[in-house]
Amino acid sequence: MSTVVTTPLAQLTRSDVEELLFQEAELLDDWQLNTWLTLYTDDARYVIPCTDDRDANPASALVLIDDNRMRMQARVDRLNSRKAHREYPHSNLRHLVTNIRLDAPVGDELPVRASFAVWRFRAGRETVYVGRYHYRLVLSDGQLLIRSKRVELDMTALRPASDVAVIL
Amino acid sequence: MTAIETPLIEAAQLNGSNLVLDESAERRFLVDRTAMTSPEIYAAELKKVFDHSWLYVGHESEIRNRGDYVRRPVGGRPVFMVRGAKTGAVNVFHNSCTHRGAVVCRQDSGNSKSFQCFYHAWTFSSEGNLVGVPGRDAYPDDLDYEQLGLARVARVESYRGFVFASFDPDIIDLVEYLAGAREYLDYVIDAQGDLQILAGTHEYGMQANWKLLVENSIDGYHAVPTHDTYFKYLADLGTDLAGGVNGVARDLGNGHAVMEYLAPWGRPIAKWESIFGEAANTEMAAIRADLTAKFGEDRAAVMCDHNRNLLIYPNLIINDIMAVTVRTFMPTSATSTDITGWQAAPHDELPEVRQRRLDSFLTFLGPGGFATPDDIEALESCQQGFASGGVEFSDISRGMGRDPLATDEEQMRAFWRRWRDQMDGQRLDQMDGKRLDQKDGQR
Repeated sequence: MSTVVTTPLAQLTRSDVEELLFQEAELLDDWQLNTWLTLYTDDARYVIPCTDDRDANPASALVLIDDNRMRMQARVDRLNSRKAHREYPHSNLRHLVTNIRLDAPVGDELPVRASFAVWRFRAGRETVYVGRYHYRLVLSDGQLLIRSKRVELDMTALRPASDVAVIL
Repeated sequence: MTAIETPLIEAAQLNGSNLVLDESAERRFLVDRTAMTSPEIYAAELKKVFDHSWLYVGHESEIRNRGDYVRRPVGGRPVFMVRGAKTGAVNVFHNSCTHRGAVVCRQDSGNSKSFQCFYHAWTFSSEGNLVGVPGRDAYPDDLDYEQLGLARVARVESYRGFVFASFDPDIIDLVEYLAGAREYLDYVIDAQGDLQILAGTHEYGMQANWKLLVENSIDGYHAVPTHDTYFKYLADLGTDLAGGVNGVARDLGNGHAVMEYLAPWGRPIAKWESIFGEAANTEMAAIRADLTAKFGEDRAAVMCDHNRNLLIYPNLIINDIMAVTVRTFMPTSATSTDITGWQAAPHDELPEVRQRRLDSFLTFLGPGGFATPDDIEALESCQQGFASGGVEFSDISRGMGRDPLATDEEQMRAFWRRWRDQMDGQRLDQMDGKRLDQKDGQR
């Protein structure tokens, strides 16, 4: 499913990375969550720190979300069921990803930063999440995959958005 | 929103007795839904409930060092809690310059010996004393520095690290106020050893009345139907769900209540589940042995195996479940609530235990968890349902006339009875216990 690339990690272009990030945004907007998971490695992590502690280490501090691949799958299974009441029916989502910046590779990982806004519309209410994504991407058999996605929110508190029942 | 004006409700309707119908003989307990929808009742609650209760401010571990401070809204008012740089005492001040009013503490947390108002640069010490006034010679010689110190919140008391404040100078002492809740707070505190609040705050919200969250936080009845996806997650990981949520509900006096129960999930203190991994088994057995040595077999078993959802009236919830949460909330209108949650854990916990606790917390709890968003949805759904009208009362009679179970509604009735009395203007120290006697008589 993910972008096939033939260049080594250090020669990846912003365009290669954009393709992956835009694909992810589209899959989330379309609620194709099982396909979304195929963009991630088996040892993937999906982390959202609290709004008051954006540098938090999820191994010692309270965060909003700290999913390994198993819990990412559980989150997807939950959201695909009709019993995830906060998201049944699903929100209309629009993930906007911009200001994509590639950093120098570290080991087998390419660190990438991007700004995002996620609009969520449901039951006559609109909420928006704004912040910065920190990705660590890897090449696996010519596939560019996500090993880590850390979502640092710019909001000073989640209160207007109520919760993070959707995948950012 | 609508062309039809909502009629202002009659002053008499603001009284609790008109809103909470406790008809014990008929085993009927009804709450007028106006209590959850009326702006006038919300305004009355701010004065009658929140200005005359002990309200949770924070935990002393959040201000471990002298000069450490945290800024908090308490009862809808901006205050800050600071450990005095000189005395080490825990101070809670109204966050307002005594000169012209600006807030003097403008960061959510930090460490400072003094707090300077940026407007005219008046400076206050962490003990609240006024220590600097620019151009002081413009004032008469007798400018009363003592009088112009930061205003302390009328009453501040700590129970074993949990700091409460009250805006009512005449309120009964905290320990007396806690009544039967004290014993349950002790279980939580003793089990954690050196309890600390971890870094990271869940600051979320809902478009629903705050009292719906009081009810939901101590409601065992909704767990299985509402949180189906969470129980499925546990089952997928090998947890045996056969026992369900089995236990009792208790009225702890003064509006406090607890549901105490056995539940299928593991507890990071010492109830092992396969979800924690084989390696954790020995280590958790050691924690259990340690608690047994310290507190005896019976108390240790309660700490390790029993779950507690504890309400400390009016708006503090301590859930000692698959992790320990400290949650407070405050209405911002009749139909909206700010919720703030923290996680409590032993200070010196092993990293592996901490990781399991955090995992355990986040899969169920908080605005990104597998359960809390569904609670919010349920409460907002109730609020939407109230707007439909046609139904005057909510029925909160489940389990009346028997020894109430965790899946009954005695916990909520305990809250509503005290809320009724406060809305009627009853102070705790003026109550003659008549209502408690009546309640005992029903059984």
